[in-house]
Amino acid sequence: MLGRARRRAELGLIVLAVAITGGAYTLASLGTTASIPANIGPFLAVIAGLLFLAHVAVRRLAPEADGLLLPLAAVLNGIGYVFIARLDPDLAGLQATWTAVGIVAFVLTLLFVRRARDLERYRYVFLLVGLVLLVMPILPGIGVSIRGARIWVALGPVRFQPGEFAKIAFALFFASYLVEKRELLSMATWPRIRPVLPDLKHLGPVLLAWGMAILVMTAQKDLGSSLLLFFLFIAMLWVATGRLAYPIGGAALFGVAAYGAWTAFEHVQTRVTTWLNPWPEAQDRGLQVVQTWFALAWGGVAGTGIGLGRPDRVPVVESDFIFAAIGEELGLLGGTAILICYLLIVGSGLRIATQAEHPFDKLLAAGLTALVGMQSFVILAGVLRVLPLTGVVLPFVSYGGSALVANYVLLALLIRISDGSARSARKGAR
Amino acid sequence: MDRSIRRLGAFLIGLFCILFVQLNYIQVWRADDLNTKPENRRPIDQAFNRPRGTVSTSDGVVLARSVASDDRYEYQREFPEGELYAHITGYFSYLFGATGLERAYNDELSGTTAGQRVRDVGDLFVRKDRTGNLKLTVRSDVQAAAKAALGDQKGSVVALDPRTGGVLALWSWPTFDPNLLSDHDLEAAGNVKKVYEAADGEPLLAKVYREIYPPGSTFKVVTGSTGVETGMVTPTEPVYPTIRALDLPQTTRVLPNFGGSLCGGTLFTILAKSCNTSFGQMGLDLGGPALIDGAKRFGFNSTPPLDLPAVPSRFPDIDFSQQLPTLAQSAIGQYDVAATPLQMALVAAGVANDGVIMEPHVVDEIRDGEGELVRRLEPTAWRRAVSPQTADTMRQAMREVVARGSATRLQIPGVDVGAKTGTAQFGPAAPLRSHAWVIAWAGQPGQAPSVVVAVLVEGQEGASEQTGGRVAAPIAKQVIEAALAPPPAPPADTTSTTSTTAPGGGG
Repeated sequence: MLGRARRRAELGLIVLAVAITGGAYTLASLGTTASIPANIGPFLAVIAGLLFLAHVAVRRLAPEADGLLLPLAAVLNGIGYVFIARLDPDLAGLQATWTAVGIVAFVLTLLFVRRARDLERYRYVFLLVGLVLLVMPILPGIGVSIRGARIWVALGPVRFQPGEFAKIAFALFFASYLVEKRELLSMATWPRIRPVLPDLKHLGPVLLAWGMAILVMTAQKDLGSSLLLFFLFIAMLWVATGRLAYPIGGAALFGVAAYGAWTAFEHVQTRVTTWLNPWPEAQDRGLQVVQTWFALAWGGVAGTGIGLGRPDRVPVVESDFIFAAIGEELGLLGGTAILICYLLIVGSGLRIATQAEHPFDKLLAAGLTALVGMQSFVILAGVLRVLPLTGVVLPFVSYGGSALVANYVLLALLIRISDGSARSARKGAR
Repeated sequence: MDRSIRRLGAFLIGLFCILFVQLNYIQVWRADDLNTKPENRRPIDQAFNRPRGTVSTSDGVVLARSVASDDRYEYQREFPEGELYAHITGYFSYLFGATGLERAYNDELSGTTAGQRVRDVGDLFVRKDRTGNLKLTVRSDVQAAAKAALGDQKGSVVALDPRTGGVLALWSWPTFDPNLLSDHDLEAAGNVKKVYEAADGEPLLAKVYREIYPPGSTFKVVTGSTGVETGMVTPTEPVYPTIRALDLPQTTRVLPNFGGSLCGGTLFTILAKSCNTSFGQMGLDLGGPALIDGAKRFGFNSTPPLDLPAVPSRFPDIDFSQQLPTLAQSAIGQYDVAATPLQMALVAAGVANDGVIMEPHVVDEIRDGEGELVRRLEPTAWRRAVSPQTADTMRQAMREVVARGSATRLQIPGVDVGAKTGTAQFGPAAPLRSHAWVIAWAGQPGQAPSVVVAVLVEGQEGASEQTGGRVAAPIAKQVIEAALAPPPAPPADTTSTTSTTAPGGGG
């Protein structure tokens, strides 16, 4: 019963997402060329087809899963695509291809992972996979450095960021490891006289994994990802143990690390200086942030309308800074809608976590949700100058294939967990 | 675990609330501030994609308008009259910004003043383009006469109505073609600007209200007015001695008359003959503070409230008591005295308008596209230079200059004209070079003067007291005759004038 209602809601919302995307696409074309796009029919058919495929897959493979996540991802992906197509038509084709790959990855994940708990036993495989993925960009021959961050791998014509997948691997590892050790980790036994920390030997592997991840990320000058991984780790420890000491200690640890990074790396210092006051360097390092503010201010409350702004004045606007374009052309209202979409994803994800029965499912759902929520926050905070800028992509919206595919896989895992708990709840109720 | 999950949710909601607050801060609270930052190119992009109002003369000749353009911007600013009104309209360039009226009345032309944006509640929801159209006080016939009369001589001509302050003509040569600088081909516009900047005579500078020159003997109107205003000088008293040169105190140097001629007498005579010795003596008798005060009352050392960016003229505001020779020189418009042609026209205007100088302005009224009045520039008194009695005496003195003095070439049958010429020597002693000046007012006999004119012709060969009367006065005469003629009838429909003046490329 619940399943059918959820699928019906999901289908309705997907139709809405397709309508929003199609409408935005038409408006963008009207705004830039004052004509209705010639390919609007095929365009709508393709996105509707892809989303329908995903919907059918959920219907078949996870019929009782939460019905909000897929439409939310669809509308974010759709709006992101419209803006990418409006900013750079050349990238639009690639983004469309990656969306298709992402949907296929979504379906395959649902197909092969029939029970989230099955993943628990591959704990160390995920640790290894995560570490290998992290190290790949540093390896000579396949690693590529773009705009100062060595986070890319080039295999033949395909370039991707393995770090995006590493995050999911680490979330899986943390979840399975912490489920086993959480009893031990929630008891303070060290030091003997006045215990504040659990026995270090239980924490060892986690700290090791985390330490290596941070180290590699720092070597790649990818501050955003190391911040995310650190947050993921702390959030999952907190959820697993329920001890507030972890986030507090983590914040302190982060403070020390941040100060260390600030003294050690010049590029961190310039980032912070630019963050505190971008105006003296408005033509140089502060260009992105200053232009973003100009774009957002120009958009005002209602926005200029899609295709009627000048987001091309913001460097790299199609990727990390796509929110600047959305804020300019859709205004405060559109920007707020995007924020609400992410909050709804976070809400759905955490509800899935609380409704899950098995601790591993709970922990994994919470971790994956925290990952999406925190990643959105980190890049938006950088773009809006709430925090220093750290280059991560805006989930589902920014241009970037690896992130898109990884996020669809993440979505599939959440949906799998949701379906599992809804089924067992029904069985339990019977 | 559920408790921590909920707390995690609350934490993430808190983070997104911060983003929401910041978004409001940028897009609402700081929006106006950010939109007006000079580094922000968006307002300029927008300005080039929006129509602007027209600028036209009081008789309906269109001076500036926006026409649809099919290049990188939607509208091209066009100046159908080319260089004739360049120093009034200015240019509207993507690279160099705007000057002249295009800058001074940017908000009205683009329709972004508060009054144009929101006229009633409905305007809050519907975005209307209420671009303002400027109607000037400038008359096309007087402006054309000023250009024709000055010809290819470097100089400036200004004509205005002393009763209202409305400018009738404002012309400097050399000048520029605003179409070339407003070209959307930025490279071409940049080259043109370089050519203009390298050109002789600063064509881009609106010298008529933005450059100061030694006013020479035209300044004697200020000195004489101050003498009359203080009661020291009357039409009959004193009688200045007829001499060739004035012995200056504190020095062995003397202040000679032009060409060492004999000169002296009462006020009317010494103004008509422009006696340096007599006005030098008058300045010494008045003393520094009184002369400084008199100059300031005519507007020296203040920025004239013209609705274009005028510069102030200069009378040295110093303690003259230990440098009396310079006081005598200042009294005849030499030493450090310097004035814009506009300022000297305002001196004549003060005398013509019973001692009151009206605020000069080129814009008469602004109406939006629907013909509704946005703003009208009402005639406003700027300052009282002298009393009506003093002005009356000085008008009589200036009539004498035209009747039998240095400005006889300004005599117009049936017209009441008063004037003062000037020849201001500048630069090295040889070869002798000077600026030729004349300031004049004119009107129907028995009525208040309806036009004042100031003419400056730069860099004349030689320097005799006759230069101003010989070179500048005939120019002033043509401009006065044009101004006193009935204004041309406005074209029936000003909006249908579709000139095909194409913006040229290159310099």
